[in-house]
Amino acid sequence: MNWNAIAAIYRFEMARTFRTLMQSIVSPVLSTSLYFVVFGAAIGSRIDQVEGVSYGAFIVPGLIMLTVLTQSTTNASFGIYFPKFIGTVYELLSAPISFFEIVIGYVGAAATKAFMIGLIILATAHFFVDLTIVHPVWMMAFLVLTCISFALLGFIIGIWAQNFEQLQLVPLLVITPLVFLGGSFYSISMLPPVWQTITLFNPVVYLISGFRWAFFGMADVSLGWSVLAIAVFMTTCLATIGWIFRTGYRLRS
Amino acid sequence: MTTILNVSGVTKTYDGGHEALKGVDLEIEEGEILALLGPNGAGKTTLISIICGIATATSGTITVDGFDHVKDYRAARNLIGLVPQEINLEPFETVMNTVRFSRGLFGRPRDDARIEEILKLLSLHDKKDNRIMTLSGGMKRRVLIAKALCHDPTILFLDEPTAGVDVELRKDMWDIVAKLKRTGVTVILTTHYIEEAEAMADRIGVISKGEILLVEDKAALIKRLGQKELLIELDSPIEALPEALASHPLTVSDDGGLIYSYDTQAGSTGITALLADLRKAGLHMSDLSTRQSSLEDIFVDLVKENAA
Repeated sequence: MNWNAIAAIYRFEMARTFRTLMQSIVSPVLSTSLYFVVFGAAIGSRIDQVEGVSYGAFIVPGLIMLTVLTQSTTNASFGIYFPKFIGTVYELLSAPISFFEIVIGYVGAAATKAFMIGLIILATAHFFVDLTIVHPVWMMAFLVLTCISFALLGFIIGIWAQNFEQLQLVPLLVITPLVFLGGSFYSISMLPPVWQTITLFNPVVYLISGFRWAFFGMADVSLGWSVLAIAVFMTTCLATIGWIFRTGYRLRS
Repeated sequence: MTTILNVSGVTKTYDGGHEALKGVDLEIEEGEILALLGPNGAGKTTLISIICGIATATSGTITVDGFDHVKDYRAARNLIGLVPQEINLEPFETVMNTVRFSRGLFGRPRDDARIEEILKLLSLHDKKDNRIMTLSGGMKRRVLIAKALCHDPTILFLDEPTAGVDVELRKDMWDIVAKLKRTGVTVILTTHYIEEAEAMADRIGVISKGEILLVEDKAALIKRLGQKELLIELDSPIEALPEALASHPLTVSDDGGLIYSYDTQAGSTGITALLADLRKAGLHMSDLSTRQSSLEDIFVDLVKENAA
């Protein structure tokens, strides 16, 4: 293993995060606070409780997921797309480094950043609502696995994208709707029966449900399904990346 | 001399069917400077990209100091530094950081003292904390060289190092290459400036349409340059060479004058005897001029022959 190379990529990417501190950290905190004000305070005051949890607290796992999914995807996609865009990717391709090491560097940095933001949002949430986390270890495990899985997805998008529009396309048109419709702000049981069935095809439902179970000990779908969903998603991403590197897809001519 | 790089039967056909390389063979000796001359689209950059791992060859083998560049890619790539043609740099990074990143990518532990040495060699040291975006084009090119050198490669590829740079900077670049040669680095550079190849290289290779047409010592090419021609215009044009002049290497030019080929490096050029014989033959000269085939002529001829 070329550990120095992994460390070099990781440090370089993390340095970008800290260089763009406002955009990287302040903006997700601000937008989360706005969600709390609008959904938690304004709307939440009209909704009593969801399955024994106050509405303000109920939306915390969904809000964290909303930001973490978007952040890990966009960070990783931008991380690998940017060198492609400005041409510095030649250096990655000509260095004595395996594709696996490249992935660890970029995905590791993107996941770290998303994880940090997740924790910051969790801390921010404490200012607005009372929170007790029932299964803290599971909560951390879900958060870490989600960050890594969606950073892998972002990496794939970054390699696939040939312009900035395509780079924005998946997070904007796929991930955001799936998260909003995945039970971030509501329990699936609040939906009409038909929509309850349809929504089960949304993979994000399983993530949010599992994550919410770690917080409050209650879930829309069983924990096993949530763990399985995240495992399948991660395996699919890894397999796709493996294929990209074997074929050099959009990297090597 | 030991062979440090061996390229054997390398072909490259792009997906669209374009044949960029048609079986390239090339051997590079350790410590030499080879200039690869060729017109745009000849395959220079494709060849370098394949050797460095940026593109894949359709067929053929490449070994770097005995290491196969695909199977032993780590060992092979460790020995290579690449300065690309385009100025591809992270605009917001500082010089020091971007060079550190490159050193790390090549698996070397952090060593700022070594990086500073390289920056000094390239007259970049006073810019080490500057952001890339604040540097001039010439300085950026030096940063690219620093990035390529920071893992102490044995072979350095310079892809069109002076494309689009001013005269002064070109001379600087030549000095840098000379310095590198003294430190024992093997340099392979591509260019379409012939004077650049003449100024820097030990050997010159000519590539056109994906084929290497010749690789020759610069000295041997310069010897070819020693061939000169004396053009003799006559008062009354002739159609055939008179008997009296048959002993001289003469040809009749299209406009009825004479062309005399001679070697400036030879002991005697034979010009005096020729002029005496011309008078004897009763031919009157109206004008005399000489011309020397330049490396450019040789290059253009080769490329034209190849195109025909």
